[in-house]
Amino acid sequence: MNKEEILAHLPYSKPFLFVDEILHIDENGSSGTFTFDKDLDFYKGHFKDHPVTPGVILTETMAQIGLVCLGIYLTGSAEGGVPGHVMLTSTAIDFMKPVFPGEKVKVVAEKVYFRFKKLNCTVQMLNEQHEVVCKGTIAGMVTNKMNG
Amino acid sequence: MDRAELIARLTPIIATYAQDKDAVASINENTDFIKDLKINSANLVDVVLDVEEEFDIEIDNVSMERMLNVSAAMEIIEDKLKSK
Repeated sequence: MNKEEILAHLPYSKPFLFVDEILHIDENGSSGTFTFDKDLDFYKGHFKDHPVTPGVILTETMAQIGLVCLGIYLTGSAEGGVPGHVMLTSTAIDFMKPVFPGEKVKVVAEKVYFRFKKLNCTVQMLNEQHEVVCKGTIAGMVTNKMNG
Repeated sequence: MDRAELIARLTPIIATYAQDKDAVASINENTDFIKDLKINSANLVDVVLDVEEEFDIEIDNVSMERMLNVSAAMEIIEDKLKSK
């Protein structure tokens, strides 16, 4: 599968699509970018008068670029395979720096293992200064049906 | 390796992922990973990967799919150890 086909298979749309571009993808990992539009709705409430991107949204962004794109690629590129659905099953993330409205981030994910339908990745998010803003481990089950 | 020793080596692996700690305390050959221990499908994979490491064996997809309770796990481990 190529990058465009993977993007077309993502099951998200605005305001919950957190992938702008896939930079690289192969059987060992993926990388991509997303820019947090300053008008995203959650900035109105997180926090009052002090908009900062919520950690859960950073986690989701790493999951979409790392786990989900890679899961679709691995299943869709397998011989006779069809692109699967990825169900998030666990996360363990450390947060180092805030991400403010309008910032562009890059996510780099490396596969730890993909066995018995479980995909486990290490992920890290970098800001435009190439500083690590958060990193950790994300895992999910890659299944044939949604909610699988 | 006798069955008691097998269960003794299996229990700490299972205990890591089991949600029902009371069921871990009374673990026996009939204990079901999903129904009794409330292990989810993702953690079931981790149990299998940890079993591979603990016993230095490789578990195939077919074995994985039927490894749903303690007795099936023990059978599979004994089988793989024999064919090593």
